[in-house]
This record gives sequence, structure tokens and C-alpha cells, in this order.
Amino acid sequence: MSLQIQNLSKLYGHEKAVDDISFSVDQGEIVGFLGPNGAGKSTTMKMVTGYLAPSEGKINVGGFDVLENPIEVKRITGYLPEHNPLYLDMYVHEYLLFAGKLGGIGGSRLKHRVAEIIDLCGITPEQNKKLETLSKGYRQRVGLAQSLLHDPEVLILDEPTSGLDPNQIIEIRKVIKEISQNKTVLFSTHIMQEVQALCNRVVIINKGRLVADDQLSNLLKHKGGSSLVVEFQEEINIGDLRNLAGVAEVTAINNNKCRVISLPDVDLRSLLFRYATEKGFSLIELKVEEYSIESLFKELTVQDNGI
Amino acid sequence: MIQVFSKEFNGYLNSLIAYIVIGVFLTGIGMLIWVFPDTSVLEYGYADMDTLFSLGPYVLIFLIPAITMKSFAEEKKMGTMEFLLTKPITEWEIVIGKFMASISLTLFALLPTIIYYYSIYLLGEPVGNIDSSGVMGSYMGIGLLSAVFCAIGIFTSSITSNQIVSFVTAAFLCLFVYSGIDSFSTLVSEGSLALQIKQLGILYHYDSMSRGLIDSRDLLYFISVTGLMLLLTKTILSSRQW
Repeated sequence: MSLQIQNLSKLYGHEKAVDDISFSVDQGEIVGFLGPNGAGKSTTMKMVTGYLAPSEGKINVGGFDVLENPIEVKRITGYLPEHNPLYLDMYVHEYLLFAGKLGGIGGSRLKHRVAEIIDLCGITPEQNKKLETLSKGYRQRVGLAQSLLHDPEVLILDEPTSGLDPNQIIEIRKVIKEISQNKTVLFSTHIMQEVQALCNRVVIINKGRLVADDQLSNLLKHKGGSSLVVEFQEEINIGDLRNLAGVAEVTAINNNKCRVISLPDVDLRSLLFRYATEKGFSLIELKVEEYSIESLFKELTVQDNGI
Repeated sequence: MIQVFSKEFNGYLNSLIAYIVIGVFLTGIGMLIWVFPDTSVLEYGYADMDTLFSLGPYVLIFLIPAITMKSFAEEKKMGTMEFLLTKPITEWEIVIGKFMASISLTLFALLPTIIYYYSIYLLGEPVGNIDSSGVMGSYMGIGLLSAVFCAIGIFTSSITSNQIVSFVTAAFLCLFVYSGIDSFSTLVSEGSLALQIKQLGILYHYDSMSRGLIDSRDLLYFISVTGLMLLLTKTILSSRQW
């Protein structure tokens, strides 16, 4: 079962919330869906789950078109909406039974399944409480449990770990990882480590437009050059540094310190050391900056804003 | 549909709503029929249930919107609408499920008044001197009228996320459809037009049923107004996709 999105657009009035996005998620894949607030992530997910209709484009979930076969799509999809809406006046069991019945399970199978999912999501200690008395972390787990109940083949999770403490985040992540085998998972998040911990692939959108869709390792590699922070005892002449072979860019941090970005596959460390000895400078600091997914995210999304 | 119905109905039973509605309705109607001298059957001296059937609708105008006001408004406010609408059920199932739950609760509140019928039946001189077919017709009328009120309440609940707005709008609409249209018709001097306007309101059809005459035109009227309101509700739910 897979998920395909083709030339998807959504207009709110004249505002384009989602602008011509295409990507797909294959079975067994966990794809991280990233983007700054208001980029159109939730809107896209709402269209995939059939809550909103696309203005243009096609969505195919597990072989079914969302507009033509909404019920079939909903039957094989588990969805955890943003903000995790719950019926707060219901008990945990009551809520899960209701969600299960809506999902088309019934009878003793449903009871069995609810017990199983309560165990899987770690709700056991709180299972006899009313939803309104649960803490945010447990509510989130109940929300996740609800989306998994009918054993969906496609999982759409909108910020499943928002508002949780670090321990809870790790646990929820473990659950997602555990259940996601052989499923198609698309999840959005703001936490970059999560992407590294969970995903095979990332899709990044900004202002409704797709800006990246690739394996995480490829994305990090493509950006190539490494970034170094150098500090000399003496004042630096930026122009000199720029002229060195293999240097792509130099930005001054202060008079004595600057950030040097290399061309791809060039190790600047020895070069900088030689430069320092040639000039008779004393090199105080030479630090390699890891090119992280945070900086990648920033580059892809902030840069675009500038234009 | 049955899932939504049972969730809604259990919701009424688990919260105070069901007991308050049934309690208030029976207390109010009980006082009117048996205690207050102006409307009491005992003072009046005739073995009929006109008090219940003429004042009952006015009590229902306030009670039914109270039952239905949260059905969609709360789901919208809490965001659970998104939960419901992304489950494999159709919008019709949601609308009908909620409608059935509220009409069932209303009929539950009406059910104990059968005791009043039996009491008046026994109090008649001679015993049993009551227009039973008229009472039957009136019960059908008040049941169908409740269905229209519930559908109106469900509809107003779907257009807002504020329960108070839903309640006030529903009460106003119910009153308007029940007797407002009828009152308007008195403003029109031309007879046939006045009659046509009158026929748009509930009161005309309700009165005709309470005479014990089940006319298919009256039935059709109630069913189509209910259907129209539910269709509007369903359309409002779908409108998120426009």
C-alpha cells in the first residue's frame, strides 16, 4: 500500500496554502514531512485523509482515489490530527471502542484489539480514567492508539510528539517505529532529531511549495561542503581567505573569527593551518561544524523567504 | 450510523442532559395538566388531553434545542469533527445518527405521558369516555413535530461552534415554523393566499392530525421538512470541502 500525491494544490480564497506538490510514500517507508509553521503540512495531511478536498491534483492512497473512494481510503488510513482532538468526557476504553466501531471492527475482536493497542501504546496504567483527567502525554498516546486501532496500512500522523517531554517523545517514537513495519507512514514534526531517528526519507515544503524530497543522507551529502570556524590571534583579512583554493565562502563572525565554508569534498583544515604559518598568525581555534539537518532545514526554508 | 447513534445517546445518558430534559418536561407538563387551575384537566372537567398537546410544543421549543445544541457545535469546537469525518463513515450516517439520538431522547420524554392518558381514561364519566383516536393522532403529531424540531436543532448546531448561538437560533426557528408562520398568515387579507401561508407552518398540519385524522399530506409535510433540514445539515458538513 502506498501513497501518491500528484500536483496537489489547495486554495483558500486567493491564498495558495499548498502549491503544486507531488511526492509519494512507498510501503514500509517512514517519511518525515517538514516545513515551517504555516507551510501547508497540515492542510496537505487533511487532504490526504479526505477531510478537505484538493483544489487541484490527485491523491491516491493504497490504490484508491481520495475523491472517488473516500470511504475506502479512510478504511485503510489511520490519522492522528494536529492538536489530537478527543472526546474529553469519555473514558479511555469507551473512546477506543467508539473509534474501533467507526473503523469497522466489532464484537469480541474489537475488545481484544483495544486491549492489545492499550498495551502497545503504554496506556495500561491510565486505561480506566476519563480522557479529561489524562496528562498531555497520555492523551497523545490515546490519540495514537485511536489511529492504529483498525490496523491501517497507511498512517498519517500530524505532529505526533508535539508538547511531550523528552522521555515521552522517545517512547512515542519507539511505538511509531514498532508499528510502522510494512506500513506506509507520513508524519510531520518540528523536531529535527526525530527525523534523523525515524525517517528513511524527508519531504520538506515551504510556503506550500516542495523544496526537497530525498533520502536524508543524500540531502546532507548534496549540500557538500563542510563548515569550519577559525579564530586567529591576529585580525583576519577576509579577502585573503576567500582567495584560497577550495574555499567557497567566508563570513566574518568578528575581527579575529570567521566561518569558512569549503567546496564539496575539500578538507580545509590543513590548508588553513598552512595559511596561518605562512602569514605567521597563531591559530587559536579550528572547529569543524557538523552540517546538520537543522541547518539544512534553515537553508531550504529561510532562503526561500528572502526572495 | 448505529455507532454514532449509540455514542450520542450514551452521551445524553451519561451526562445530566437526558435526566434534566425528561425531568423538566414531565414536571412542566404534569403541573400544567394536573395542578395549575387555569389549564388543569380536573378543573376543566372535560376528559381530553388538549393541555398536553397544545402546550407541549411550546415546552419542546425550548427543550429540543437544548438537547441538540451541542451535537455539532461541540464537535466543531473541540476539533473532533475532523476525527469523525476521517473515519470510514459517510456524512449522512453522522447526521442521521445524531438526529436519531436526539429524537429518541425526546420520544423517551414523551413516553411517560401515556400514564396521563390512562388516568384521564379512567377518570372519564363513564370510564373510557375519551377521544382515543384523537389522542393517537395527537401523539403522532407531537412525535412528528419533535422530529422537525430535532432536525432544526441539528441544523443550527452545524452552522456554528457556539452552543448558545445554536440554542437561540433553533428555539427561534422552531417557534417560527410552529406558530410564527401561522400568525403571519393572519396579516394577509386574501383568503387563499393566507391559507397557503398557513399550510407552510406546522400548526396547520398538527391541528389536523390532532383531530385523529392521519392525512398523507400532513405526514408528507412533516417528513419533508425534517428531510430538508437534515439535507441542509449534510450540505453544511460537506461545505468544508468547497
